[in-house]
Amino acid sequence: MAERKCTLSVLVENTPGALARIAGLFSGRGFNIDSLCVAETLDPTLSHLTLVTRGDDQIIEQIIKQLRRLIDVYKVVDVTEEGDYVEREMALIKVRAEKENREEIMRICEIFRCKIVDVSPKTYVVEVTGDQNKLQAVIDLLKPMGIKEIVRTGTIAMKREKKTA
Amino acid sequence: MGKVMTGARMIVEALKREGVEVIFGYPGGAVIDIYDELYKTEGIHHVLVRHEQGAAHAADGFARSTGRVGVALVTSGPGATNTVTGIATAYMDSIPIVVLTGQVPTKLIGNDAFQEVDTTGITRPITKHNFLVKKIEDLPRILKAAFYIAKTGRPGPVVVDLPKDVQQAKGEFDYPEEIHLRSYNPVYEPHMRQIERAYQLLEKAERPVFLIGGGVISSGAAPEVLELAERLNLPVTMTLMGLGGFPGDHHQSLGMLGMHGTYYANMAVANCDVLLAVGARFDDRVTGRVDAFAPMAKIIHIDIDPTSIQKNVKVDVPIVGDCKRSLQRLLEVVKEVGQPKKYWQERFKDWWEQIEIWRKRYPLSYKYDPNVIKPQFVIEKLYEMTKGEAIIATEVGQNQMWAAQFYKFKKPRTLITSGGLGTMGFGFPAAIGAQMGNPEKLVIDIAGDGSIQMNIQEMATAMQERLPIKVIILNNGYLGMVRQWQELFYERRYSQVSMAVQPDFVKLAEAYGAFGMRITKPEEVEPALKKILEMNTLCVLDVIIAPEEGVFPMVPAGKATTEMILV
Repeated sequence: MAERKCTLSVLVENTPGALARIAGLFSGRGFNIDSLCVAETLDPTLSHLTLVTRGDDQIIEQIIKQLRRLIDVYKVVDVTEEGDYVEREMALIKVRAEKENREEIMRICEIFRCKIVDVSPKTYVVEVTGDQNKLQAVIDLLKPMGIKEIVRTGTIAMKREKKTA
Repeated sequence: MGKVMTGARMIVEALKREGVEVIFGYPGGAVIDIYDELYKTEGIHHVLVRHEQGAAHAADGFARSTGRVGVALVTSGPGATNTVTGIATAYMDSIPIVVLTGQVPTKLIGNDAFQEVDTTGITRPITKHNFLVKKIEDLPRILKAAFYIAKTGRPGPVVVDLPKDVQQAKGEFDYPEEIHLRSYNPVYEPHMRQIERAYQLLEKAERPVFLIGGGVISSGAAPEVLELAERLNLPVTMTLMGLGGFPGDHHQSLGMLGMHGTYYANMAVANCDVLLAVGARFDDRVTGRVDAFAPMAKIIHIDIDPTSIQKNVKVDVPIVGDCKRSLQRLLEVVKEVGQPKKYWQERFKDWWEQIEIWRKRYPLSYKYDPNVIKPQFVIEKLYEMTKGEAIIATEVGQNQMWAAQFYKFKKPRTLITSGGLGTMGFGFPAAIGAQMGNPEKLVIDIAGDGSIQMNIQEMATAMQERLPIKVIILNNGYLGMVRQWQELFYERRYSQVSMAVQPDFVKLAEAYGAFGMRITKPEEVEPALKKILEMNTLCVLDVIIAPEEGVFPMVPAGKATTEMILV
């Protein structure tokens, strides 16, 4: 069976240990976590967790069922399965910015609608937001200039509403 | 407004509200306040074990034999870590226990305090759920939730970690009558459409097999299993955990399947066209090589835990629901359609003929030897003499498999065995729990000379409680199951399986004040069993058996279940 990427949107009780339970479930059963993002929701008793994983259909089914089996897990949605969705990730990229390439970096930023959020005599910090493909494109373009450091948030995702009534 | 009391008092009150009459435990610094409350309390009997592992197994044995939640109480640090094997054992077999562990005061948590350990961290992967109580206000609700979670849905162990300052703090005791957890809603009622699909498969089947597992026992579905099996004329096979879920002496019983299952059960499953599996999880010891397991069958799988379905084998009709309720619904459909009994008799006549051929070809058997005691002979005699009515706890290994094969368990909750985790040293403390829960019944631990030594200290517990448990040690001087594998698959390289030095089990029993007896000849078996069965005290019968007797049939690990090594 073919492996596919899967983005899960998980609502979980905001209790101590809830995240450890989820992380432990993945390590204990040999599932992969590509990225993981956690934050509070409007309801302070629930946390929202976006988790990107991989597997064939049977493994993804197991992952979802195993997550639902945890007492602290309120809701699990496979965002990638249920139609259209928006996916975003942010990265901060500290790139070497010497005289000869400062212009080029700014042009790339303009094209990709990135922001330069910190400037030093020899570096820029570029803030880029988008889906994984866009981030990868920016990273690939900046790499030849010399990336000194990179920090990524991991993916967050949301289902799109139906466009017609 | 609830009554104001200490956390320690709340714990005792909560136990009473949950109807707990017996707990198994071992005191220590971090639970001394709870023990102080127990001292002042009537109606909760505390069994003082000799090692905390024994407390967890005893609570487990109590739960398995009674269907009620078993409770263990231990101190922090080593007290908690000693229960880990017991908790994991209960987790693998879905047994409802609540383990209360003491913890260092909240302000010391994380400081590497004396007898501190991260109990919730350690037990997270082996509990259904666990709690660290940080505030006295949370205590009543958490205790209620612990019992509720342990016994509902797919049952399992729950750990409640109780810091000492929370036990000493005062608060209002408002114990909820009911509890609702928004993130925990087990599904009991099956989907009717799926039940109908299951029926349609059965009606068209030519070679069906009814496979039952531990879920039948825990949901109390044995009456429904019997009714359905008899009505539809289905051959029934059981997993180790399912033994007792259908009468082992019934002519439709094929006995256990899997690695040490009967030839005819494994052949029937391998050749069936519809497999109705209820409350079983298709463990590797049951399936053997998965792609060769029931290769021709459409599989109907009923289980309360959705994760069990489609985990190991591909299922055609998945049904998430309580085993008992699901079988009740299935029976309703059976009755509604109303095919007469004759329909099913005729329909599966050829299939039964085939099964009987298999049954006659290789019945469960062993070679009787007049000079040396065969372990199977001991179990057979025990079965005859107890009429299959005793509660049998087992240790793990050959003793466990011989008991499973030759004791034809008739009723649910009469086999107390560690199926999933395979915990040596489980049987004896579990027997203590079972005897505490069933004071009127005969409780027997079938042991090996290896396993019994893993929790032999509990003899003192049994004596202190005056429990008339009968321990039958099938003593071959070996770690027999490992020896058997070495014999069969490692060219008889017997690496570290010889128990050359052993205590004199008779004298050891006597040292504890129990009755001990040793037998070495087949003709001694019956009189010795008669003697211990009549005695009203802890008995240890040391049975010297044929040292290299094996458990057969055997499916080598990773092979198809039809590739059995027969006697």
